[in-house]
Amino acid sequence: MSCCGTTPELEDMDAVARLVASRLSAFLHTLRDNGFAIGLSEGQDAATLMASSLVQKPGLLRSAFKHLFSARKSEWDRFDGLFDSFWLNKRVRSRSLTSGSSKAANSPSLKSLQDSSAAHSSPQTVTDQVPSSDDTPQEAGGEGRSEGASRVHNLPDVDFRKLSDPDQIAQAHEAAARLAKAMQTRLTRRDRLRQRGERLDLRRTIHRNISHGGVPITLVKRRRKDKPLRLVVLLDASGSMSMYTAVFLRFIHGVLDEFREAEAFLFHTRLAYVSDAMKEKDAARALDRLSMMAQGAGGGTQIGESLQTFNRWHAARVIHSRTCVMIVSDGYETGDAVLLGREMAQLTRRCRRIVWLNPMLGWEGYAPEAKGIQAALPHVDLYAPAHTLASLAALEPYLARL
Amino acid sequence: MKTRDQIAQSLANAGYIADTELATAISLMQLLRRPLLLEGEAGVGKTEVAKALASVHATELIRLQCYEGLDQAQALYEWNYQRQLLAIEAHRGHADQIEDQIFSEKYLLERPLLAAIRRTVPPVLLIDEIDRADDEFEAFLLELLSDFQVSIPELGTINATSIPHVVLTSNGTRELSDALRRRCLYHYVDYPDVDREARIILARIVGASASLSLQIARLVESLRKEELRKVPGVAETLDWAAALVGLDVRDLADAPEVVHETLMCLLKTQEDRARVTREVSARLLEKVA
Repeated sequence: MSCCGTTPELEDMDAVARLVASRLSAFLHTLRDNGFAIGLSEGQDAATLMASSLVQKPGLLRSAFKHLFSARKSEWDRFDGLFDSFWLNKRVRSRSLTSGSSKAANSPSLKSLQDSSAAHSSPQTVTDQVPSSDDTPQEAGGEGRSEGASRVHNLPDVDFRKLSDPDQIAQAHEAAARLAKAMQTRLTRRDRLRQRGERLDLRRTIHRNISHGGVPITLVKRRRKDKPLRLVVLLDASGSMSMYTAVFLRFIHGVLDEFREAEAFLFHTRLAYVSDAMKEKDAARALDRLSMMAQGAGGGTQIGESLQTFNRWHAARVIHSRTCVMIVSDGYETGDAVLLGREMAQLTRRCRRIVWLNPMLGWEGYAPEAKGIQAALPHVDLYAPAHTLASLAALEPYLARL
Repeated sequence: MKTRDQIAQSLANAGYIADTELATAISLMQLLRRPLLLEGEAGVGKTEVAKALASVHATELIRLQCYEGLDQAQALYEWNYQRQLLAIEAHRGHADQIEDQIFSEKYLLERPLLAAIRRTVPPVLLIDEIDRADDEFEAFLLELLSDFQVSIPELGTINATSIPHVVLTSNGTRELSDALRRRCLYHYVDYPDVDREARIILARIVGASASLSLQIARLVESLRKEELRKVPGVAETLDWAAALVGLDVRDLADAPEVVHETLMCLLKTQEDRARVTREVSARLLEKVA
C-alpha cells in the first residue's frame, strides 16, 4: 500500500484499513467537487481495486481509477493531475480549487439567477417601475417590476428600432408571438406528411387483425419515429442589442410556448438559462422576469465565454441529434474572438444546424467586420438578418427542411 | 482470469499494438465486470480493440451496429412472423396446441443482444457507435447491461447463461447520458504516437520495412498537425502504407511525386486535398526524411 500515503509506523492493520478508507472517500469527495459524477457503486468498486494487486504500483492504480471514475474526455484529461495532487502531493491543489466552484455553474437555479440579478438591479438603476396591479409574490422580492428593455421599438416591415408608438410596439409583439405559433404548426404538419411507411410491421399487423381470425386484412406499416425539431435559442442581451432584445424576447416566449421542445438562454457577460422563467404563460409577466435577468452587468458581450459555459454545462442536456441552435447577436465580441471561434467549432460538432441571426445585417452599408462575427461565421450554417418580422418569417421554410 | 501483463502479451500476439493503459482497462473489465466505453476520433481503431479482445479471450465477437431508429426488434429479438403465420395455416383447427407451439424458441429470431447473453462461452459484445442510437435505446441498453436478463412477454424471462465482455464505442456525435457513462469504464483512444503507429504499420503491412514505417508514421503525425477538416486515422495510415509498399517505395525521400499523389489515401475531402499542395507535402517530407 505504498501509494496510499499511509505512514509505515501504523502496524495495526485495522487502523491502516480505516485510514485508507477515509483517504479514499476524501479522494472521491475531491473528484465530486471537480464535477465527476461518482456514485456509491463506483466507491465500492474503488475499494475492490484498492484491495487487489493493482495497488502495488501507483501508476497502475492511477490508470485503473482513471478508467473507473472518468466518464468523458475532459475528465479523462484532468484525472492524472488530480490523482497526483491528491495521492502523491506532486502539485498544489489550486487546480482542483479553481474548478471546484463548478457545481454552481452547472445548474444555476432560477432562484440564484434572480437573486443575483436582483442584486444588480437595485431600485435606483431600474429605469422604470410599474406598480403591480395583481400582487403575486415574486421570488426576487417586492421591488416591483422593471420594464427595462421592453420599452423599446419595432413593427412588421419596419426595422424594430424605428418603432416608437406604444400601439405599434404591442402590435409587433403580437406578430412575433403569432409567427412563432405559425412556425410550429407548419413544421409539425410537414413532419406528418413526410411519414411514409417503409416495411410491414408484422407484430402490429397481427395484433390489429385478431378480430379477423388472424387473416391479415388491414396492414400496418413500420414508420420511422420522428424526433420533433428542437430549437435552442441563445439571445444576446447586451447593450448593443438593447433595441432588439424586447421583440426577440417576445418571439422566444412564443417559441417556447408553442414548440414541444425548445430551450432559451440569454447572454451578455455570462450565460443564463431562462426557459423556466419564459414558460410563464402570461407573456408580459415572463418578459418582466426576464428583463430583470437581462440587465446583468451590461459591460460588453462575452459571446465566446458564454458559449463555453453553454458547451460545458448545458449542451449535453439540451442538444440532441435534431436540434437547431439559433444565436441572435450582433457579434460585437468584447472578449476573446479566438475563444469564440473555438467554441463555435465545438458547437457545430454537436448540433444539426447553427443559425446566426444578426439584426445589424439588415442595416444599409453594414458588413460583418466585427472580429467576433468573423471568427464565428465559418461555423454558421445560415447567417441571416433579423431586423424585421418579415425577415424572421423568411426563416421558417429553412427550419422546416431540417 | 488473466493478469494485466498476460493481457498485454496476448493483445500483442493478436496483432493489436495497445497503449499501456488499455491492458489495465481490460483487466478491470474482468475484475469489476463493467462494460468498457471507448471514445475517440473516427479511425483511431476503437472497433479493433473489440476484435483484439475477442482474440485475447479466444471467443466469439458479436457486433451490434447502432443507427438512428434502431429498436428492440432489431437489437434483441423478434418473432418469426412469417413462420408463425404458416404454422397457423397449416394447423388450422388445432387452436389449443398451436398457441404453445408458435411462441416457442423455434420461432424466435435471436438478434445480437439476446445472442450475446445466451452463449455458453462468454463472447465479446461490441456495441458500435452507440451515439448514433436514440436516447430510448440507450436507456434500454442500460437496463440490459445491469441485469443481463431479458423478458419476453410470451416466453418469460431469459437469464444470461454467461455475462459477455461488453465494449461500447462512441464517436461523440451525440452526448451520451451520464447514467450510461457512469455504468461503464471509460477509455479514451487517442491517435497513436509515432513509435506506436510505426509498430502498427510494421505488424499489419507485409513488406513494410522498419525505416519506412517510421517515416510514414512521422509524416502522418505532422500531417495531423496541419489544419485539416478530416484528420487521417490509423486505418488511413495503413491504407497509405499498403499503397506505398505496393508501389515499391523503399524510402519516402526518393519518391516525392509518389508521396504527393498517394496522399489521397489520407486526405478524404476536397478541401483538405486542395490545402495540402505540392509545396506543403514537400515541406512535410523534408521534416521526416
